[in-house]
This record gives sequence, structure tokens and C-alpha cells, in this order.
Amino acid sequence: MLNYIIRRILIAIPTLIAISMIAFVIIQLPPGDYLDQKIAQLEQQFGDSSSIAQADALRHRYGLDMPMPKRYLKWAGGFIHGDFGESFRYEKEVKDLIWERLGFTLLLSIGALLFMYLTAIPLGIYSATHKYQAGDNALTLLAFIGMSLPGFLIALMMIVAVYQIFGIPLFSLFSPYYQNADWSWGKIGDLLQHLWVPIIVVALNGTAGLMRVMRGNLLDVLGEPFIRTARAKGLKESVVVVKHAARIAINPLISMLGMSLPELLSGTTIVSIVLGLPTVGPLLLQALQDQDMYLAGTIILFMSLLLIIGNLAADILLAWADPRIRYE
Amino acid sequence: MSDTPVDLTPSGGETPETSAPNAERIPGEYTVVAVAPDKHAGEAAEEPLTTPGMADFEDEEDHSGLGTLSYRQLVWRKFRRSKLALIGLVTLALFYFVALFAEFFAPYDYRHDNIRLRYVPPQQIRISAADGWHLPFLYELKQGRDPESLELFYTSDPAKRAPVRLFHHGDSYRLLGLIPSNIHLFGSEGPLFLLGTDRMGRDLLSRIIYGGRVSLTVGLVGVFISIVLGSFLGTLSGYIGGAIDTIMQRIIELLSAFPSIPLWMALAAALPETWTGLQVYFGITLILSLLGWGGLARQVRGKVLAMRDQDYVLAARAAGANTRYILVRHMMPTAYSHIIVIATLSIPGMILGETALSFLGLGIRPPMTSWGVLLEEAQRVTVVLHYPWLLFAAVPVLLVVVAYNFVGDALRDAADPYAS
Repeated sequence: MLNYIIRRILIAIPTLIAISMIAFVIIQLPPGDYLDQKIAQLEQQFGDSSSIAQADALRHRYGLDMPMPKRYLKWAGGFIHGDFGESFRYEKEVKDLIWERLGFTLLLSIGALLFMYLTAIPLGIYSATHKYQAGDNALTLLAFIGMSLPGFLIALMMIVAVYQIFGIPLFSLFSPYYQNADWSWGKIGDLLQHLWVPIIVVALNGTAGLMRVMRGNLLDVLGEPFIRTARAKGLKESVVVVKHAARIAINPLISMLGMSLPELLSGTTIVSIVLGLPTVGPLLLQALQDQDMYLAGTIILFMSLLLIIGNLAADILLAWADPRIRYE
Repeated sequence: MSDTPVDLTPSGGETPETSAPNAERIPGEYTVVAVAPDKHAGEAAEEPLTTPGMADFEDEEDHSGLGTLSYRQLVWRKFRRSKLALIGLVTLALFYFVALFAEFFAPYDYRHDNIRLRYVPPQQIRISAADGWHLPFLYELKQGRDPESLELFYTSDPAKRAPVRLFHHGDSYRLLGLIPSNIHLFGSEGPLFLLGTDRMGRDLLSRIIYGGRVSLTVGLVGVFISIVLGSFLGTLSGYIGGAIDTIMQRIIELLSAFPSIPLWMALAAALPETWTGLQVYFGITLILSLLGWGGLARQVRGKVLAMRDQDYVLAARAAGANTRYILVRHMMPTAYSHIIVIATLSIPGMILGETALSFLGLGIRPPMTSWGVLLEEAQRVTVVLHYPWLLFAAVPVLLVVVAYNFVGDALRDAADPYAS
């Protein structure tokens, strides 16, 4: 097992390098760069071309006058000592900009993940044990709608709904009082009070899908001979369902964990943009629009890193939950 | 759940991945009629299926010519048992039909603006008033000004009525780009905004109908690109194996290590500003299919790997068929049904992808319109709160995606009509 984990981590390193290259190439794709906009701005301000020399100096400072491979090496070389380049727009180190936001991204994603599994599994069990009854049919319909509604639409509707009900057009992770306050227990409590709405919005898609999978798995397992045996032994139905059947039916869900992570991150990104949450999502959108390339590239890189770690965690969890799986 | 029994069927059922637990069924519809018992599934080596054993099989509803049904007919039989799928199919057909003849169905041209009629709330067609029943009509608009915010608003004025007529002569257009006309399904002399107007006074309903053209086709074109890439590369990868296979699998793994929306955003942001609407449209579809083909290629590869050493392939090879022939004539058809199922199931994701990108302002660019572009206007919280009818553009997205999910789900079950 340990061998397996070490090998997986070693494999992840070349993957990460490749990802950083792709991310770098992609963010270089748009014609021109951030400084083109800046030059246009400066020219308007001063009305002559003296700004060009200034821009060239800036270009040199940011390394934009180097050929692409060299620029990449400069950027990637900094990773080792935690340097991810500088944001043009904010004129700050990228790492200072994204650190807290990555934390919120992680918090939101993990919260959504927990919500997904904690609601989808019981609902799936209920659905399977009440197959074709009113409750199951209602859940089926809801699941199809839930799977079809993209997160940002749910978010938009939530905004309207919250406004209609509570009369406040407010959506943020903190109350105004705590917005700029330092971290304290009060602030954490305040965060938790605000966090649940975006968590549910992000999780809803995945919950619907997972619930259907859980239902299908459980129905399959309930047809197996060992379930008949368990019933024949005279076990209570609840024990048969929960301890015998659900225990097995959950395994494929764990292996789906790795697959649901990309969607979760995508959902977090776009929902955050709509709700204006302080995750990396809105920052990425703005960085892309501004061609703030080191910032955008680093965000994409970190999102991929989160995915790789998540996948690894999912595999380890699966090996732990299902002793039939062997990793050689 | 094991590979072998399913894979014996000639036209390709499902690979283990989809016949596995998550192959979910829609409730209530599957009292499958004629199911060849497992031992017959293996015999069913030619098309049309003529397994004598099937006729003996107990059949509750339909005895006619069961033994001679082709694979396609079997699939259709199983498919139409799902009411939800049929509803989905009809819904989709309707949407595509309306989008195709958008000029006729939309009461206005999608660019028809009127700066004096900004943010008009949805109007209601009425057939009754205080003085009894009438032919369809609507109350004309009355302009008012909010005393505090000084913003214009509109209410309907019961004193003035305007009739609503079928086949109204309105904005002129060319149907399908060919036939000049100015007849619209319905219209009125005065303003007629069933879903209200946007910030430039454009009719939202008309814009939704026109926007469907982009939103509905983006998934189709994207899936087509995915299919071409995925089935070709997947077949190649599975059949040839070796270094090509390894490289291909690594590339696919790499692609799946990116979260889709952020990657799409980055790529969409890279589309040059100078591109025309059509170029952007194809750029977006390419971007959407970039992540789609990998999954498809992987599934096809699995399928091909399972089939590669089947007797009929060995026979073809022994008979002197070259690789290209075997790939095109034997391997690709084997995976067809499977490919179609996966493709159908991936269309909604692409539609949502386009909507999301356009919503963020990275996708389709005005003046071209799509459902995502329409929703972009609803992005700012204040706008949504004041003019909630702009959210109507979300309704078609929801309907189409649900319909595709219903159809894809039933297709997945029907693609393997021999399974019980």
C-alpha cells in the first residue's frame, strides 16, 4: 500500500510538470500581452510615445521580452522556492494573492463534497428501498432536474429567492462587520453561517447524480444471493439494507470521488463568480480577461494540483474501504 | 458485469463501464418484451437477428414478427418503452424545429431594439375583460416614472387594447436564408413582449428563439467533433496498442487532470477579439469538444480491446484483410451504438458549457445571441432583482438539458436490447 502511494506520488510529478507547461502555453495564446493594454493607457495619458520606453522597461522587468521556453523555465524554476511570478494588475506576488482564496476554494469544495455524499447516500438508499413508489419517483424527477440545472443558474435563482424571502440582496462569506476583521472565533462562526448556501448550490448537481448512482448500485446489490441469505437468517430488514447491501453499494461511489472532483471545482469556480465569493474563481476570470498570465497560470496549476491530490486520496480511500482491491 | 457475455453481441452493447451499476434505469418502463436468454445472445451473430429460440420466448404484448427484428428495431422497441424518453424526444424535436424556423416563430427580429421600451415586463395575452370575451388581445403599455429613483417603468393600460393576430406581418426576413417574407406566427400592431424586453428594448422571447440556434447546435457540432476524434483515436489506440496506445492514454489522462470550466475559460479567453461571430462559434465548439473526446476515446478503446481477439476479427485477418479494413469495417461499427449513447449523454454538458462560457462573457459574442448571452445580462445581482424576467432564458436551457438526459438515459438502456 505504502509502495503504491509513493509510486502514485512519483507519477504525479511528471503529470504536474506537463500540466504547468500546458497551462503556460494556454495563457500565452491570446495575441498581445497585458502591457499592450498598459501602453495604450499610458499613451492616452501622456499623448506621445515616450511611454514606449517605459513599457519596454516593464516588459524587461517581467521577462516578457524573452522567448517562450525561457519564460516558462523562469516561471517554473521559481516554484521550487514558492515563487509563482508577479501579477501585473495587482503588482503583487501571485502567491500572496491566491493563498487565502485557495483556502476558501478548498473549504467550499470540501464542504460541498461532504454535503453531496452525506445527502446522496441516504436519499439513494431510500429511493432504492422504495423503488417505483411515490417517494422514489419524486426523487427521480428531482434528480433529473438537479442534474440538468447548472450551478450558476441555481445561484442566480438563489439570489432572487433569498431577496424575496429575507429582503437582503446579500451574498458574501462574511457579514459586513467581519468582512475586514482579523480571524477570530466570531469570524469563523460568521463564516459558517454564510457558507452553507454556496455549499448547497455547488453540491446540488453532484448530489443528484450520486443519488441516482447509489440507487442503481443498491438495487443491483439487493438482488445478490448473499442478501437473500441475510434475509433468510432472519436479520432485520434495516440491518440487511444498511450493513450488508449499502456497505457494498457505496464502493463505486468512492471510486467516483475522483471523477466528481473536476466537476466540483468547475462548479465552485462559476458559482463563486456569480455570488462574488472570495475563491480563486473570480480572480481567474479577471486574470484571463486582463491577460494577467502568471496569475491565471498559477491558478490553473493549483486547481489541477488539487485534482491530483483529490484523486490520490480517493484511491487510497477506496483501497481502505474495499479490502478486495489490491494494488500491486 | 463481466466483459464477456455482453461483448458477444455483434452490434455492440455496452462496455462494462456503462452496464455497471451506474447504468441507471428510468422507473416503470422496462418490462422488457422479448429478451433472448443469455445462451442465445451468443448465437445472435448476424443481422437481422433471426434466432429461432426467441419466438418461443413468452411475450406479453407483441408476437408479430419478433424473430426477424433487426438490431435497430429492437433498440427502438426498448427505447419507446420509456415515456420520459419519448417526451424528451418530442421536446427536442420541437425545440430544433422552432430554432430552424426562428424567423417565423419569433414575433420580432432578434436585433429589433427600441430604446424607449427598455425593460418592459412580460405582457399577458388576454381573451377576457370586464366586458366579456374577446379575440386575443393585450393591454397597451403605459409609461410611468418612479418618483424616488426616477426610473422608467411600464404597466399595462386596461383602457387601450391591441389585438393579437396570427400570421402577422412584421419584421421582414429570409426564411432559411432564401425565401423573403415578413409573416410571423403571431404579432400585434403595438408592442408585444410576452417575456418582456432587455436593456435595449429587444423582445426577450424572440431573442430566446433565435438564441436557440447557437445553443442547440453547439452541442451537436461539438459532439460530432468529439466522436470523430474519439472514435478514430480510440480505435487506433486499442487496436494497434504499443507505444501509440501508451502515449494516447497519457494524453487523455493529462486532459482529465484539468477541471473543465477553468480550462474552457482559459481557452475561450484566448480566442482573438478580431474573430467574427462564426469563427468564435466554431472556436467555442472546438474548445468544448477538446475535453470530450478523451473520455470517448477511452471507452471505444476498451471496447476494441475486448473485441480485438474475437474469432471474427481473427477470421478477417486470416482471410487477408488489412488493418484499415478491419478497423473501418469491423471495429468501428462494433462500437457505434456505444458511441452514440455516450455522445447523446455528453451533449447536455456541452450545451451547459456554452451557456456557462457565454454567461461569463467568454463565449459567444454579441450581436450573435445564445441562451448564455441572454443570461449574461442577468449576471449582475441588481439587474436580476429589478428585472427577474431576464431569467426566462434559463428555462429553455433546463428543458433541453433534461430532455437530452432522458433520451440519453433510455438510449443507454436500449443500446443493449439483449440484456434483461
